[in-house]
Amino acid sequence: MATFSVTRPSKSRVLTAVMALYLVYTLVPLVWLVINATKTQPALFSSSGLAFGGPFALFDNIGQTFTYDGGIFFRWLGNTVLYVVVGAGGATILATAAGYGLAKYRFPGRRAVFAVVLGAVAVPGTALAVPTFLLFSKLGLTNTPLSVIIPSLISPFGLYLIWVYAADAIPDELLEAARIDGAGEIRIFLTVTLRQLVPGIVTVALFTMVQTWNNYFLPLIMLSEPKWYPLTVGLNQWSAQANGAGARPIFNLVLTGSLLTIIPLVIAFLLMQRFWQSGLSAGSVKQ
Amino acid sequence: MTSTAAPPVPAPPRRATPARRSRRQWRGWLFVAPFVLVFALTFLAPIIYAFGLSLFRDQAFFGGTVFVGADNYAQVLRDAKFWESFLRVLLFLVVQVPIMLLLALVAALAIDSARLHAAGFFRVVIFLPYAVPAVVAALMWGFMYGDHFGLAADLNHLLGTDAVKPLSDHWMLASIGNVVTWEFVGYNMLIFYSALKVIPKELYEAASIDGAGAFRTIASVKLPALRGSIVIATIFSIIGSFQLFNEPNIMRTLAPNVIGTFYTPNMYAYNLSFGGQQYNYSATVAIVMGVITAVIAYVVQLRGTRKGM
Repeated sequence: MATFSVTRPSKSRVLTAVMALYLVYTLVPLVWLVINATKTQPALFSSSGLAFGGPFALFDNIGQTFTYDGGIFFRWLGNTVLYVVVGAGGATILATAAGYGLAKYRFPGRRAVFAVVLGAVAVPGTALAVPTFLLFSKLGLTNTPLSVIIPSLISPFGLYLIWVYAADAIPDELLEAARIDGAGEIRIFLTVTLRQLVPGIVTVALFTMVQTWNNYFLPLIMLSEPKWYPLTVGLNQWSAQANGAGARPIFNLVLTGSLLTIIPLVIAFLLMQRFWQSGLSAGSVKQ
Repeated sequence: MTSTAAPPVPAPPRRATPARRSRRQWRGWLFVAPFVLVFALTFLAPIIYAFGLSLFRDQAFFGGTVFVGADNYAQVLRDAKFWESFLRVLLFLVVQVPIMLLLALVAALAIDSARLHAAGFFRVVIFLPYAVPAVVAALMWGFMYGDHFGLAADLNHLLGTDAVKPLSDHWMLASIGNVVTWEFVGYNMLIFYSALKVIPKELYEAASIDGAGAFRTIASVKLPALRGSIVIATIFSIIGSFQLFNEPNIMRTLAPNVIGTFYTPNMYAYNLSFGGQQYNYSATVAIVMGVITAVIAYVVQLRGTRKGM
């Protein structure tokens, strides 16, 4: 019998095979999406789901997706990018500054901020959505990009992650040294702190980015005009178009549009995985 | 080591006077204030506003609203539609969340075990669905469930039956559970995995010297270290289940007769507002769900952190 060691175990084929089964479950819908985005609308109905069929129409579908209805998909893509850059970018900045402030300063009211933020996280975000809509409607903000961007600016999870990360990654001695050199608090933040926080910031940026890119409920409620829709709300509108009187189903465009919506995020995750994974592990050191 | 502003030979640290020190601590607000301001606008103000709304009721004939105190709350507690939707998400929660978290736990332990071939590949692929918007996930699975050009049709064709009907009344909740599981196993796996990564190596060595095998190590070293993460993942999943909206609302297009306007409490609140203009009652439903969720999340947190500490 081979000696078994917990610290240097041998690879197991059985375990790998079992996990491969789960991998298949994970991948089947994505493979299905890729395959069916290559089909024309009639071929979708005439061919089997997990096999190619009919003429190869992927590029034709992509072209149609971008030109259909006066190029509205392109507009939705632009809206989504706007919401992500301003919303998720702003959320990352706010969470970084606040997380650092909470970790490194003992200011009066600090405990109250912590309690209120964590307490509010337990309140379901979507339960808040309807009252937020009503409030924003009173403020005249609904059906504007701001109504989607402003709520996206808050990421309690991001705040928590940066806080834990900053407590660990930034020694007080470093701040003291900079202060003795005569640097102001803002300058210390910009020149000393930010560099130390990079893995944490990348992690938060990625998660807020995914959340904003994938957000559906909030824009669904806030926006009434398709010209402000993000991709998610637009895609569902295309899908719903197949129902009701005078229905004009465009399933091939829904599928191709879905594929195009996923691709940027998948690429971002693959490119940035080293960074965000180290950020997450560091974040879970303290419990 | 990254270069910093620290001089090569640091001067002996001068202690700041208490007054200067406290002024500096106040500057912490400089960093926290922007977050707090936006937070107040997007979290606190709507909560307060919703509470205000819940105390009033629309006058059907005269227009305007009238103060009704706790009447709306009494109405929610007697509302059969509300309780039907509540019990549905409760059932969803009790079945789906344990399955999802168990799968995530097994995946995290397998990837962390160092006994898996190509562990890095598994980690990335299993996490991938989290990057897929709920809308796209629900559309994709919804089409696959359908018998037009989905896989259900292929499967039925293969088996020579018409028994596979994921979009039927009987199967719908399970079908939605499958979509949610598919979306979030990877996310929870990552939470568990990053907690496993920071377990000190010495603990494994000590376990190994004590003669512990792989399963013994999992039971006595890894699972205790995961306790905090499991509690957090459970709380997030409870909140997620109670506010279930995206997946059923999108699949409603495919099966409008199965998924009604009050399929989940959140859909109920949404449809009260946007379908029926009953803003006051909708706000009350939202508050009741918020309170129930917060209470259950709090109880889980208390139990989770107390046991075995």
